[in-house]
Amino acid sequence: MQIHKYDTVIVGAGGAGMRAAIEATKRSRTAVLTKLYPTRSHTGAAQGGMAAALANVEEDNWEWHTFDTIKGGDYLVDQDAAEILAKEAIDAVLDLEKMGLPFNRTPQGRIDQRRFGGHSRNHGEAPVRRACYAADRTGHMILQTLYQNCVKEGVEFFNEFYVLDQLIIEADGVKRSAGVVAYELATGEIHVFQAKAVVYASGGNGKFFKVTSNAHTLTGDGQASVFRRGLPLEDMEFFQFHPTGIWRMGILLTEGARGEGGILRNKDGERFMEKYAPVMKDLASRDVVSRAIYTEIREGRGCGPEGDHVYLDLTHLPPEQLDAKLPDITEFARTYLGIEPYTDPIPIQPTAHYAMGGIPTNVRGEVLADNTTVVPGLYAAGEVACVSVHGANRLGTNSLLDINVFGRRAGVAAAEYAATADHVELPEDPAAFVVGEVERLRDAAGKERVAELRRELQETMDKNVMVFRTEQTIKEAVEKLAELRARYRNVSIQDKGRRFNTDLLEAIELGNLLDLAEVMAISALARKESRGGHYREDYPNRDDVNFMRHTMAYREVGDDGTETVRLDYKPVVQTRYQPMERKY
Amino acid sequence: MATPVMDKVEAEAASSPYITATFRIRRFNPEVAAEAYWEDFQVEIDPKERVLDALHKIKWDMDGTLTFRRSCAHGICGSDAMRINGRNRLACKTLIKDLAPEKPITVEPIKGLTVQKDLIVDMEPFFQAYRDVMPFLVSHGNEPTRERLQSAADRERFDDTTKCILCAACTSSCPVYWNDGQYFGPAAIVNAHRFIFDSRDEAGEQRLEILNDKDGVWRCRTTFNCTDACPRGIEVTKAIQEVKRALITRRF
Repeated sequence: MQIHKYDTVIVGAGGAGMRAAIEATKRSRTAVLTKLYPTRSHTGAAQGGMAAALANVEEDNWEWHTFDTIKGGDYLVDQDAAEILAKEAIDAVLDLEKMGLPFNRTPQGRIDQRRFGGHSRNHGEAPVRRACYAADRTGHMILQTLYQNCVKEGVEFFNEFYVLDQLIIEADGVKRSAGVVAYELATGEIHVFQAKAVVYASGGNGKFFKVTSNAHTLTGDGQASVFRRGLPLEDMEFFQFHPTGIWRMGILLTEGARGEGGILRNKDGERFMEKYAPVMKDLASRDVVSRAIYTEIREGRGCGPEGDHVYLDLTHLPPEQLDAKLPDITEFARTYLGIEPYTDPIPIQPTAHYAMGGIPTNVRGEVLADNTTVVPGLYAAGEVACVSVHGANRLGTNSLLDINVFGRRAGVAAAEYAATADHVELPEDPAAFVVGEVERLRDAAGKERVAELRRELQETMDKNVMVFRTEQTIKEAVEKLAELRARYRNVSIQDKGRRFNTDLLEAIELGNLLDLAEVMAISALARKESRGGHYREDYPNRDDVNFMRHTMAYREVGDDGTETVRLDYKPVVQTRYQPMERKY
Repeated sequence: MATPVMDKVEAEAASSPYITATFRIRRFNPEVAAEAYWEDFQVEIDPKERVLDALHKIKWDMDGTLTFRRSCAHGICGSDAMRINGRNRLACKTLIKDLAPEKPITVEPIKGLTVQKDLIVDMEPFFQAYRDVMPFLVSHGNEPTRERLQSAADRERFDDTTKCILCAACTSSCPVYWNDGQYFGPAAIVNAHRFIFDSRDEAGEQRLEILNDKDGVWRCRTTFNCTDACPRGIEVTKAIQEVKRALITRRF
């Protein structure tokens, strides 16, 4: 075991982590721990754009952007945070341009902008061009640009280090972060990183679904690490299903395709979104469009022999426009489906895409131990966090924005805290939990297999807690998850070695997914209303009287060692927008 | 809206014609044995699936010790470059049906970088070469309040090389790189090109000097392996030629 001492440790090297690292490295001795190489992070898979009311191509302002974000989140958004997001968006985009990001340009040489779902002119009048973009590779360009600037600033990376535990010291009723424990993939060695400030920027947890746009590595390791140590997770029942994933594979086809004029059609060729969202049509918010697609499929208007998908039709767009604006997604259709998007429509279905919930933070990125108390020295930003700027449903292009605005804020706040604080003393035997888990899995002789449990997990999540949910389906998921968690104790692995043992790490990742799936299902069961991405067929309406509040889930361990999830609630911060019926 | 192609695709999907393919994989684990060896796995699989799907089937259902890197599974993250049937490709972007699966499909680690376990190689020398070419925008003087202006044509000038995902498929396909550990390799030059030809950048001269080194662009023998290997379709050899030309003319 090695012990390292830093001022600031950042967990994760996607957009939020590297944006934080650029700030923190300038102000404090900083280490970035990432289970991948930085440029492998899933920020690179984001396609369509990053929202900011630059008004480069038409009238726009940050106040409209704030409103759209709050409405898009079905009024579960904390309005103070949404205002910061929309206001700081403008500088966030300009900062990236100054760092070198190659945005597409207008004929005047300014950053070009395009339409995206839910972003509107003057509180819903019509779609507005707000998404700043670089073809359909905006996330790739952000990831590359941030990595380039990390190289420039000399950011210190520990690549292929898996953070598996968060060290918390509780004294006088205050929980403080002392550091993290990491596992080095190359050697199997355990490393303790003592740090004044820790920033989680480790991304989402979508891999508990089967059809998902998420990378194999998005297993919620950060969320699971803090949850296990008694800290809450917020709004975990809210998960976004992106309307246009490649049929059966889930690979993302950007909403920018509809921003450029693409149209969704059912088996009769009908532009069905006109029925569901007369103004915004195909550019309604993602929860609305995903429900509309499944309604079409359920009512027998789906395409194909099994009627299990619909079409994304780009055939009316000029090939030059597809080549210039949507080169990657048209190539995905060619590579994975053998379809030519110039002439043929692309079969799509909704795909599990984004966790709105996560580790609760305030607008400085400080992690909360309950509804109000900050955990000194602990920060989070990006998909792992819940500020909450996305509420019950995130707008497209607001996540690339979130990682830049709140990644920067968390990096600054963490380094400033580190400049004044002392290291918290490490607990006795700080690596005990990780060593115990790793040894247990290496020595285990049980009969359960990781892959089989993961398959069953993904199947039950797709079947029971996707776009449509009822009490019955969620209960089915809860029961199945309890069974899977019990069977997980009997999992064994085949690779017993120390060197690059990905067999072992997949087992640990599965444990994290199972923990988080349970939190999601239990949170969803208790929310007896429909709001944003959480749609209950047995409670089809939004219920602001009883549920205009954030879910806060805590892990409780009984005297006999049994684990349960306890739910509490936190008020939504409302400033100037009163909840209204949501229409697009 | 045309549909004939769709009918074909959907009909094929409905009949799901599984085949049994042999994957001949180069194995190496110095914890167990000093020598690398070939191991065959019979995999029942839909040929429209990816090589990565087959590797997962092997790892998840047959042999958990098989080790490789992967993440996004659709050609964006650059983790799973490997040598498949003797050619560098991304396992997640290569469909089995395109590989003549009636014969054994060989899968090996990419060449020119030290193998650490099975299909995993040491990426550090590759990233070091990248860092050595100053892969970041350099500008002097006061920054504008708003964005810098750049014409669409100036933006287009370096578009091709912005697509790089640093997967190392090009560099590890280069015979010069295999034989000479000092050469920067195509990927580093591609990333230098991305900035040399960016109208906003002011460090082109410095980068050209770095690449004028004896281990720089002049080592390139224009074998075009890199261009063939690039999973992003970047015209790598052309980019290297443009850097060479810029070195001669000092115009870029």
